[in-house]
Amino acid sequence: MSRPGIRRIVVIAVVLLGLCGIAFAAIAYRPAIARVTRPDPRQFDPALVARGANLARLGNCVSCHQAAGGRPYAGGYPIKTPFGTIYGSNITPDAATGIGSWSPAAFRRAMREGVARDGSHLYPAFPYTHYASVADGDVDALYAFLMTRPAVRAVPPANRMIPPLGFRPLLAGWKLLFFDPQPVVADPRQSAAWNRGRYIGETLAHCTACHSPRGLLQQEKRGDQAYDGGWSGGWYAPPINARSPAVRAWTVERLDAYFRTGLSTAHAAAAGPMGPVTYNLARAAPADVRAMATYYAWQMRAAPAARAEPRLPDRRALARQRHPEGARLYDGACAVCHEPGAAMMVAGRPALPLGTPLHEANPRDTIQVILKGLKPPVAPRGPYMPAFADALDDRQVAEIVAYLQVRRGTGPAWPDLEKDVAAARKEGE
Amino acid sequence: MIDLTVNGATARVDVDPATPLLYVLRDDLRLHAAKFGCGLGQCGACTVLVDDRPVFACLLPVGAVGTRTVTTVEGLGNAAAPGDVQRAFLHEQAAQCGYCIPGMIARAEGLLRKTVTPTETELRSAMAPSLCRCGTHMRILRAVRRAAVVRGGGVVEPAEPVT
Amino acid sequence: MSGQASRRDILGGLLVAFALAPTAALAQTGGGEGSGGPPTVAPDLPGTLAKFPDLDAWIRIGADGRVTVFTGKVELGTGVKTAMAQLAADELDVAIGRVDLITADTALTPNEGVTAGSQTLEQSGTAIANAAACVRLLLAETAAARWGVAATTLFTRDGVVLDGQGRRASYAELAASTSLAVRARADVPRKPVAARRLIGRPVPRVDLPAKLTGLPSYVQDMRLPDMVHARVLRGPSSGTRLTPDLAALRRQPGVARVVDVGRFAAIVGPREWPLEQALRVANQGAWTRDAAVPALPPMPAGLLEMRRESTVIDTRRDAAAAPGVRRLSARYDRPYLMHGAIGPSCAVALMAEGQLTVWTHSQGVEPLRTAIAELVAMPADRVRCVHREGAGCYGHNGADDVAGDAALVACAMPGVPVRLQWSREQEHGWEPLGPAMLAQIDATLDASGRIVDWRHQVWSNTHSTRPVAAGDLLAGVEVVPPFVPTPPKPIPQPNGGGDRNAIPLYRFANQSIVSHFLPDMPVRVSALRGLGAHLNIFALESAMDELAAAAGRDPVAFRLAHLDDPRAADVIRRAAARFGWSRYRPRPNRGRGFAFARYKNHGAYCAVALDVERIPDEGRLIVHRAVVAVDSGEAVNPDGIRNQVEGGVLQSLSWTAYEAAGHDGTRRTDYDWSGYPILRFADVPHSVVVEVIDRPGTPFLGTGECAQGPTAAALANALAAATGVRTRSMPLAGGLATRS
Repeated sequence: MSRPGIRRIVVIAVVLLGLCGIAFAAIAYRPAIARVTRPDPRQFDPALVARGANLARLGNCVSCHQAAGGRPYAGGYPIKTPFGTIYGSNITPDAATGIGSWSPAAFRRAMREGVARDGSHLYPAFPYTHYASVADGDVDALYAFLMTRPAVRAVPPANRMIPPLGFRPLLAGWKLLFFDPQPVVADPRQSAAWNRGRYIGETLAHCTACHSPRGLLQQEKRGDQAYDGGWSGGWYAPPINARSPAVRAWTVERLDAYFRTGLSTAHAAAAGPMGPVTYNLARAAPADVRAMATYYAWQMRAAPAARAEPRLPDRRALARQRHPEGARLYDGACAVCHEPGAAMMVAGRPALPLGTPLHEANPRDTIQVILKGLKPPVAPRGPYMPAFADALDDRQVAEIVAYLQVRRGTGPAWPDLEKDVAAARKEGE
Repeated sequence: MIDLTVNGATARVDVDPATPLLYVLRDDLRLHAAKFGCGLGQCGACTVLVDDRPVFACLLPVGAVGTRTVTTVEGLGNAAAPGDVQRAFLHEQAAQCGYCIPGMIARAEGLLRKTVTPTETELRSAMAPSLCRCGTHMRILRAVRRAAVVRGGGVVEPAEPVT
Repeated sequence: MSGQASRRDILGGLLVAFALAPTAALAQTGGGEGSGGPPTVAPDLPGTLAKFPDLDAWIRIGADGRVTVFTGKVELGTGVKTAMAQLAADELDVAIGRVDLITADTALTPNEGVTAGSQTLEQSGTAIANAAACVRLLLAETAAARWGVAATTLFTRDGVVLDGQGRRASYAELAASTSLAVRARADVPRKPVAARRLIGRPVPRVDLPAKLTGLPSYVQDMRLPDMVHARVLRGPSSGTRLTPDLAALRRQPGVARVVDVGRFAAIVGPREWPLEQALRVANQGAWTRDAAVPALPPMPAGLLEMRRESTVIDTRRDAAAAPGVRRLSARYDRPYLMHGAIGPSCAVALMAEGQLTVWTHSQGVEPLRTAIAELVAMPADRVRCVHREGAGCYGHNGADDVAGDAALVACAMPGVPVRLQWSREQEHGWEPLGPAMLAQIDATLDASGRIVDWRHQVWSNTHSTRPVAAGDLLAGVEVVPPFVPTPPKPIPQPNGGGDRNAIPLYRFANQSIVSHFLPDMPVRVSALRGLGAHLNIFALESAMDELAAAAGRDPVAFRLAHLDDPRAADVIRRAAARFGWSRYRPRPNRGRGFAFARYKNHGAYCAVALDVERIPDEGRLIVHRAVVAVDSGEAVNPDGIRNQVEGGVLQSLSWTAYEAAGHDGTRRTDYDWSGYPILRFADVPHSVVVEVIDRPGTPFLGTGECAQGPTAAALANALAAATGVRTRSMPLAGGLATRS
């Protein structure tokens, strides 16, 4: 080709790229919304604030917006993603470091569109993909609630993203691909509680954020694969639909008790990230929590345990024969709480095999609860388990898990346990 | 037969490997600093260091220790020559009944081996697994803050300054 | 004369008159908890010398110059062993390192009843100080006679009597010809304050080096030759009965034998771990609710419905007082509380050559010995109870019961030392709890804002079921035929039980204080540190704040306006000043609270000021600062006082803010720490400051329990200021924390 021809192609390519760039910038661009003076907390109707308080509990907002040892909503909590660590922002009404200068419109835009007051895109670690479907009145209630919290001056640590993902305008592209909010429309064939539960679960409580698989770019798979299980903070969030591996039915009663108290006596205590979830649900309106229980019991109505609760095996001799070291470790470290005759068992706490972790597709939750233990989920008193991460090495944890699986498990085999333990340690850091 | 390295010396014990380390320390090796408080990993009175990490000796089967080093409070110093954490506790008179204190000393030693500049929050969080019922907490914290300084560091933003 | 500061004239110096009337008359054994104790035979002598006037009951001097001091009290972690060694060493003029303190042992020490009620220094310390002063005088008189001089010309230094001209004689030498089997003298002066080397100084605790370096220090650490271990079998909680399969237990590996007497059963073996496993097997046995235990009504309202015996314990009428114009009517309550010793109770017992010896951390070895002797049907003089330290007990916990358990097992295995250890769950399930209580205060202000009428009613079980007989030990009701528990009785004023500190120290024109004693005990209860003072001061001092607010007055000024007692005014002013009370700026969700009490109205004075924040949405409490002023009379060891008071503040914060023992109608529900959380480091105050007002030459005032009440009320007052909402029910940070 002639040189002018090549030059023309190059010019066209550059112009096209430039036009794409401009088009992208146009898509990505969001104007800043002007700062406002921090609203006087007294101007908000107490009933609206109370409604917002309830919604914040249902949404579990404080879990991502409070650092260990920090003040509520003042941010600083690290959320680990495959793309880096994002720190929850300060959403107290501090004008300088929080959202004190955000107008209601700015807040609404953040919730609906994932855009901050200054026009920057927010990482979907903040689940606006769910909040986009929160009703207007509820968004306003949340605004009223947040604006009446104590203002805390606190700057969270800077996010540590893998380059170039620190470049926020890229998120516009992500949104183009994956952000398609749908309203939650009531189903007239279902009860009011079911509909309320679905609304809360799909929007504020954003349950699929943990309980659904994600694609390569961390987009939730909410279609056919909704509630097929997912990952959060190094723990596995098992399926909570027809694929639920639970060996006891999740009835409305049991789910309600689990949400409100952090314990289902037919299953287990809330562990890992479910701890803070139940902490907040325990403080939410009981009718709303029951509604969530109604909806998710429905989601799991076709799970195997809903049809028949199996007799659980106790292959004691086989497990001891196959994993004698695991048996010895269990005897010395675990039996004191988990075997019949232990005080908590006498008091009616659920036996180990009732809990879902031993029956899941992977050993992650069994491993994590051994490594990290369990804190009483909803109150200072409640189920407690010490952490064994420092006492036992990877091989020893694997041995215990292997022993337990042979003795009590009903799910698929877990072949590479020592590697799984190492991975769990790393991801749970 | 189980071989253990405790406080720098080898010990050999003939016990069921499932026996928690706490009973071996107290009954077989006559090391009484680590105490029975609950046997459930809830109170920390049994805390010892295993490879520099604080662990509940009541829940660690002796057969699981392996070649890891076990350090009890007896291994940190004695009455004639106390170690620097013990010295700090003595300076602050950080004990009332004293039952929980060896567990506190072991846990503090574990923290200081990890860092000599913890924040106040990290200090409290690190000590949290150990319970004190007499209410000696203020002195225990003062002792650990003092020991951090002696080790060349110091607690960042301490709640009470080291005097 | 060299070393002026370190020697001391025999008779020069302050003659300190001990204020005998208050302490001696008030001295009930262990503050009224437990048995009556031996009679007073020498009312002119101070402290327990009045009951044991001979010097050699208290002090012996060995040929090696070491001084052995005997006390019928025990070290519970309060530091009294050090304080008493200081008193003895200073008054005697020997180095503290030469003093060996023997604590309560029924074979060796004077019977000082129970170490309780904060009376150790008042009773035993006073006796020891005076006895030491007497012994020193006697040794000097021996030297004086030997040298033909007047005793007034001699002086002492470091265990030696000197004449200042070169003659010297060691105490060891002189003791050989000095009989101490003589009565103490009431007129011997104590060491002048200026000459004291130890008393009033923060002498380091004598027991800490051993405890902090792992030397065996506790009963749990005892290992005797051929000793066996034991575990007792009981239901999950007081009020239940277990039916273990003893035949199956006998076959358990590591169980060498099962000792069973009636319903009492224990497993015995050479090693602990197999017994722990067997205990778990035993606990799979069936258990039932003990039908003999009355049903537990809903608390605290149920207290008002229970059978009661009411007594007016104080009353005052002044018809000339101004009429009341504003009235407060308020009800305050607290739930059952655990002692919660970190170390579950343990005892070692040996039956050998017709003598039963029990090593126990019981607070009262003497009444325990009586109870155990009855339990095992042996003469009391063949039973010896020796105190060995346990973990802090804060009152009557499982220590006595486990001693009874160990004794029964030891009697079944003569010649073999038995170490019986309770599990954590057994301690939580069976230790007697601090009683749930309720107080009703009705008070009236006149037009000038002065309180003119004050009525305080308190409802409570007994605060002492300390054993005096076999039926008071758990094993005693399990053996066949069972012994009968001693019927519960109120502890009379001026010490009181449920009504401890119900009588205000303030001066009110009219008052009526009524104690409603509830004899029926659906929950096993007994003495917990402070007894009724915790709830009564919580109520009294909360009401004072509520009245101050109604009168529009500052809470500190309001209290001062109603007080006559200058020492009370001193601690109040000192705490307020150190806290910066008048400079305090209110902030949202954060407030200050103040409270004061004189423990039992005759113990230590204590004022507490708190700066507390409550985080909304979390309900979490942050105690930013606690400032305390305490007047314990003559401070033997000011650091010991500070340590006890700091500890009392933190413990009371934990009780008052967080704690409530649960019961589901059949059994206690809190079987370990996960069910009964206590203060952890994250929630500990940022700063605690204790100022000690030392008044040398004045009587010792019981201090160990003085902070429980004021801390509780100061917290309630601070939270009311921080949140604008007054909470009158403990635990104050309740809510979900207390839901079963």
